[in-house]
Amino acid sequence: MRITIDSNVCIGAGQCALTAPGVFTQDDDGFGALQPGREDGAGDPLVREAARACPVQAITVTDD
Amino acid sequence: MAEAIPYFQDRSCPYHPPAGYRPLREAGPLTHVTFYDGRKVWAVTGHAEARTLLSDQRLSADRQNPAFPIPVERFAALRRVRTPLIGVDDPEHNTQRRMLIPSFSTKRVAALRPEIQRIVDELLDRMLAQGPPAELVSAFALPVPSMVICSLLGVPYADHEFFEEESRHLLRGQTAEEAEDARIALEEYFTGLIAHKEKNPGDGLLDELIADRLRAGSLEHEELVRLAMILLVAGHETTANMISLGTFTLLEHPDELARLTAEESLMPAAVEELLRFLSIADGMLRVAKEDIEIGGTVIRADDGVLFPTSLINRDDTAYPSPDRLDLSRSARHHVAFGFGIHQCLGQNLARAEMEIALRSLFARIPDLRLAVPAAEIPFKPGDTLQGMIELPLAW
Repeated sequence: MRITIDSNVCIGAGQCALTAPGVFTQDDDGFGALQPGREDGAGDPLVREAARACPVQAITVTDD
Repeated sequence: MAEAIPYFQDRSCPYHPPAGYRPLREAGPLTHVTFYDGRKVWAVTGHAEARTLLSDQRLSADRQNPAFPIPVERFAALRRVRTPLIGVDDPEHNTQRRMLIPSFSTKRVAALRPEIQRIVDELLDRMLAQGPPAELVSAFALPVPSMVICSLLGVPYADHEFFEEESRHLLRGQTAEEAEDARIALEEYFTGLIAHKEKNPGDGLLDELIADRLRAGSLEHEELVRLAMILLVAGHETTANMISLGTFTLLEHPDELARLTAEESLMPAAVEELLRFLSIADGMLRVAKEDIEIGGTVIRADDGVLFPTSLINRDDTAYPSPDRLDLSRSARHHVAFGFGIHQCLGQNLARAEMEIALRSLFARIPDLRLAVPAAEIPFKPGDTLQGMIELPLAW
């Protein structure tokens, strides 16, 4: 699994970090970011929920 | 299509959608309502359709668009001026939002938790010292978010009676003039406050915006005044209603309340469920900038579109037994904070305030109860943010 966050689209709602805090966080500017080393989702079943929770569809999840 | 029913209507129970909206639920996901001025407006009641449309930037939040739907007379006053953030589209909205995002991030909110807890504890100390009965809205539900947003923005809480009163006129005024006068009074207040801060900087968000944006010329004076007003009003009225109505709703569902007090880890899920169930911002509005096709229906350019969140959040295809309060359900993906680019900026602050306020209230006063029969307690009419006008409690 590969996760990308489009920071041009992100509005800093924090839904990703709230839904799947093991994989997502917010950087100092408040934008969605991936936890270091968790770029592959680390098998977290909540990754897709987090992508769905994003109000502006800034998160893309692709299967390898 | 069902006959267009009148919008708005008052709730008959403070935590359920108005009974008169039932035909909308049955006729959904897209149907019509009629506004006070006779205008027919789309009403979106389907959860999937609402999320799709709220993400669609062909729907505009620009209240100065002459085709923007006006649900109450008071609202007409608000379109005379440009309302930053909530009343503009991208790219203008995006520039404003990006200035504010860092101050409302999950990390910033986590850092604010001790301050929120301190405020909550002090207010509860005072309430307990005075003894029962207490009126929760004035003693707790309103001061908690009011003190927190003052601290965050750098607004003196000593002025709270003034801005709480003007906010009430702005959000609940009976006429366009009453709302307009309140807007002008708040703008004058912030013009004065910002002038004072330019000479005597503090450490709030407004001070940061003055130092980083106003001085650099990337933010206009008038825009800052209006942003400050929106952040202050949105920052206290909304959460105050969630705390008062959330408390009332929990007291009216003793089995759910017992589960919550027995199991503290249930609190974040409980807050989501209360947000879904109560849907206090019950009627978000947009206007179509161009034709939009959704599920075989076409919303035409200049059509008004209403999102009654209390119905969207009770779509039974998204939430089984939606009219039942179930604190342990996964109420994720509700639209109580909206969806799309305008989704609430302060949502994580609101969640933290609700968690801390409700947990502390019921932990400190386990035998909390309504001081008068539920049917006698006044709550807000349907044309504004939903919540309790007063909440007399005893213990």
